[in-house]
This record gives sequence, structure tokens and C-alpha cells, in this order.
Amino acid sequence: MALYKKYTGKKAVKYTRNTTIIILLLLFAIATIFPIYFMIISSFGDPVEAGALDYSLWPKKISFESYKFFFDYSEHSYRWLLNSLIVAGSVTASNVIFATLAGYAFSKIRFKGRTVLFSVLLCAMMIPYQVTQVPLYILIVNIFQIENTYRALIMPGLVTVYNIFLTKQFMSSIPTEIIECAKVEGCNQFQIFIKVIVPLSKTVMAVTAILTFMDSWNTFFWPFLVTNTMDMQTIQVGLKNFRFANTTYFAPMMAGATISALPMFILFFSLQKYFLEGVTVGAVKG
Amino acid sequence: MSQLAKVPSTTKVARKRKWRGDNGWGYAFIAVALVVFAMFTAYPVVSAFIISFQEYRPLGSVFIGFENYVNTFSDALFWKSIRNTIVYTVLTVPFTLFLSFAVAILILPLKKRTQTAFKAIYYLPAVASGVALSVVWLWIFDPMPSGILNKLLHVFGLSNMNWLGASSTAMFSLVLMAWLSSHGTSIIIYLAALLGIDESYYEAADLDGANFLKKLWYIVIPFLKPTTLFLLVTGVIGSFQVFQNAYLMTGGGPDNATTMVGLLIFNNAFKYFEFGKAAAQSLILAAIIASISFIQFKFFGKNIEY
Repeated sequence: MALYKKYTGKKAVKYTRNTTIIILLLLFAIATIFPIYFMIISSFGDPVEAGALDYSLWPKKISFESYKFFFDYSEHSYRWLLNSLIVAGSVTASNVIFATLAGYAFSKIRFKGRTVLFSVLLCAMMIPYQVTQVPLYILIVNIFQIENTYRALIMPGLVTVYNIFLTKQFMSSIPTEIIECAKVEGCNQFQIFIKVIVPLSKTVMAVTAILTFMDSWNTFFWPFLVTNTMDMQTIQVGLKNFRFANTTYFAPMMAGATISALPMFILFFSLQKYFLEGVTVGAVKG
Repeated sequence: MSQLAKVPSTTKVARKRKWRGDNGWGYAFIAVALVVFAMFTAYPVVSAFIISFQEYRPLGSVFIGFENYVNTFSDALFWKSIRNTIVYTVLTVPFTLFLSFAVAILILPLKKRTQTAFKAIYYLPAVASGVALSVVWLWIFDPMPSGILNKLLHVFGLSNMNWLGASSTAMFSLVLMAWLSSHGTSIIIYLAALLGIDESYYEAADLDGANFLKKLWYIVIPFLKPTTLFLLVTGVIGSFQVFQNAYLMTGGGPDNATTMVGLLIFNNAFKYFEFGKAAAQSLILAAIIASISFIQFKFFGKNIEY
């Protein structure tokens, strides 16, 4: 950390410098989390229509009426949370399994066409999702005819190229000698994977799981396209519909937003280490 | 990292035999990934090319050659959406990068625990769903005098603004929202890269009597060039695909002032069901993104070793 002067012996100077830095960072931090703070405290207000509403920056009272109002909006509102959980859970499980397998194969197993196939996958990451959205919609709705099902919500996300890339990056740092040793001991590739690779890759598997779950929980676009009844919608789509149907109900809208975001906040604060690590894993080494 | 893998541990013949034995395992391990990729990425891309030359009809599409492309290029709204996208990108990406860089530099001298706390706070908006954030920001931008942002203006003696409702401020409102909610990832990546710079460089600079700014200019900035390039390219790619905020906050309005390419394509596809036109426009977008990325690598990628 020698970018900064050490100020040995001059405690007061160092103290002033660090305090200034912290004040600057705090100001920016307040601006960053203000919307989230505003969302949570406003959700405790009464579910009245916002006429000449006076927003308060401090909670005047704690009432859960707005939450009740949000859940009462549709008989399926609890189902939205369940749907999100089912979809995000399945997508996460399948990504962890299949991305880890593929990531291991691409980094450590030598098979014909490995480099070519991996380059194709990497190139595909550059393609904007707008290109695939129309054909994907036609495929799911017109060809497979599985609109408004869990399959439609889950299948396109079963394993993403990004996750394969992430695990491959991580696994190339596992020494090949370990695998060679296991092979000499008579293990086949599947046994090596289960007994050697998986125990060594717990971190990257956790990172994959968390980032995938968050992505899937927060995704709006695809569920919005392929669901058309309230009982199949996810919480994000439900929240959007609630917003458009109750444009003047301020506090219930905030309650809905809090409900959709809270599970991820809880997950984030309990597994912070993996979240923050996950951000860098894919980026280091460009 | 990869050095270990390169050490030949067996003779050529033996290795060749092992290759053959592992072929099957390799394919088995990637099988599911490949099927998913082929069905939900490769096939749609090929299909998009075909659709872009057709007028889509549920019962048998009609081949119409380049008409979708020709119509797109003569469509004023398409050019407006391109301009909007460029304005949005230019206003958000460089500023976010600069802000993240500055914050990462400021966080650096703090204690490990304080660093983590700040990282967590800055990353928090990235954890909340885009729909939830759009709901909140919609109220922050409340055009009434009682709206949060308007109250803030009053403190500075400025008058009311119709943030999302006026074509002069709608784009800026979306940009402001991006400034305050999309820097978490880049701050963390910058900080990781900063921590990766070897101490000895600073020590050498200290011996030469270099001050803070000199060290920043001659050591930090060159060392972080690959990181900056990575964040710049991914930032621009992401920004060109922006759809959700425009769709949820303004719907592209007022008077198409915030219609970005992503939203235009969505509207053509799922509002007007002109799949052919949407496919053609999405391929044009892909070409634009690919060329911009290429230019960025050419222009800024010099002297970078990977």
C-alpha cells in the first residue's frame, strides 16, 4: 500500500488524511444506498393513494399494511415468490453441475476439438441477447409450444457460457500433477472429477451458484416474455404488473420492491465473501 | 498458472494414447452444455439470420431479401435510437469508470475491514433487482414539488423539474440513475487490480523521490490499463444493449427521447410482432458492438500483454 506516503511518526497527519478519505467515501456511499434506504423505510407507510404525499426520510411509524396490500393484489402473489424460487433454484443447480463438468473438461481433459469448441463458446458471449431473443421466443412458444410453463422459464438458462468460462478459468490453476497422480492410481475421469476436482473447486462452485441464483432471481425480461397468466409469473414480473395497475399507491409499491429485493439482500449479507470474490474471478486476466 | 500444465510429464507416444482414452470423457462432460448451447444460442443465431430476410408470418414466412435492412436504414427512428444509445453510453461508461477508479484509489489505504464494508455498500444496488430499483427511482423522480429530487433542487434554490416527463431531462435522469447504481462491480475489480501491483514498484519510485501523483501516473495507470480496457469494453457492450431501465422508467418516451436500440428492437418484436425487422436490427446492433469492441482493442489495447 505504498502508493500512499507512510507518515511514520506523524500520527496526526495520517489521521487527518484517513478521516478525509472516509468522509468522501461515506458521502458517495450515502448517495449509492439512498434509493434502497428510501425503498425500505417508505414500505412501512400506510397504503393510501399518493395525492399530495409528503415523502419522509425517516419512518414515522412502522406499519405492515402496505405489505398486506401488495399480497392482497393478486391471489397468486405468494406463488410469484415460489415460482422465482423454483426457477432460480433449478437453474442454479443445473449450472453448478454442468458448468463445473464442462469447465473441467475444457481446462484439463484433452479431447479433439477442445480449443475450437471453446473459442466458439467465447465468441458467442459477444453476441447481444437481442439477436437470440426473437428466435428463442419462436422456438419456445411456436415450436416447442411450452409457453407459460416452468420448462420455458428454466430451459434456456440450464447452463450459461459465462459460468463455463468462470469455472474453466478457476480450474486451470489446479496443478495437472494431481490429476496425473489420480490417473496413475487407476481413477477414471469421472472418479477424478468427483474425488479430486469437486473438493478443490468448492469456492468456484459457490461463486457460480450465488451469481447464477441472483441473476435468475432478478431476471425480468425472459419470464415477462414467456408467461401470460398470473400464476406462472415470477416476483419481478408480478412486481411490474402491480406497479402498472396501482400507479398511485406509493407505499405498497415500495413494499413490493422490498419483497422482491430482500431475499437477495439477505443472501448477500450472509455470503458476502463469495459475492465479492465472484465479481473478480471472471475479470482478472481479462 | 498455466506453466505447470505445459510441462510434458509423459512421452509423446504415451500422451497420444491417453488422448484417445480421454476423448470420450471430454465429450461426455461437455455434452449437456453443448446441447443447451446448440439449442438455445447457436440455433437462434442462425435462425435470426434467416428471419432477418423474411417477413414473419405464423403460417409460413415470406422471403423478402434485404427489405428489412433497407427499411431499417431509412428509418429515422432507428437512427434516433442509435444516437440515444451513443449519448447514453458516452455519458455513463467513462464517468462510471472514472468514479470507480477514484473510489478504488481512495479505499486502498484503509484497513481491510473498512475496505470490505465500503465494497459491500457500493455493490448493494447490483444485488437488488432492476425492477425494484426502477420502482424506487420512479418515485425519486416524482415531478411534483414534493418529490425527493425536486426537494433537493429547492435546497439549492432551483426550480421544479419534470424529470422523466420532459424530453430535455428524461435521458439525463436515466444517466443519473446509472451513475448511482452501476459502479459496484467496477470498484471491486479496480481494487483487486490495485492490490495486485507489486510493492517493489512503489519502493523504487520512492527512491527516485516520486510523489503521489507521479506514482499514480507512471505506475498505477499503466498497470491498470488491461483492467480499464476490460471494464471499458464490457461497459460499452452492456450499455449498447440497455433495455430494461428505458422500458420500465420511460417506455422510450417522451417523444422517443429515451428510445434506445435495445428498446426499439423489443418494440418491433413484441409490440408490433415484426420479427423480421427486429432480427435485422438486432444483427445490425451485433455488428456495431463487434466493430466498437474491435476498435477499442486496436486503439487502447496497444502495449498490453495478456
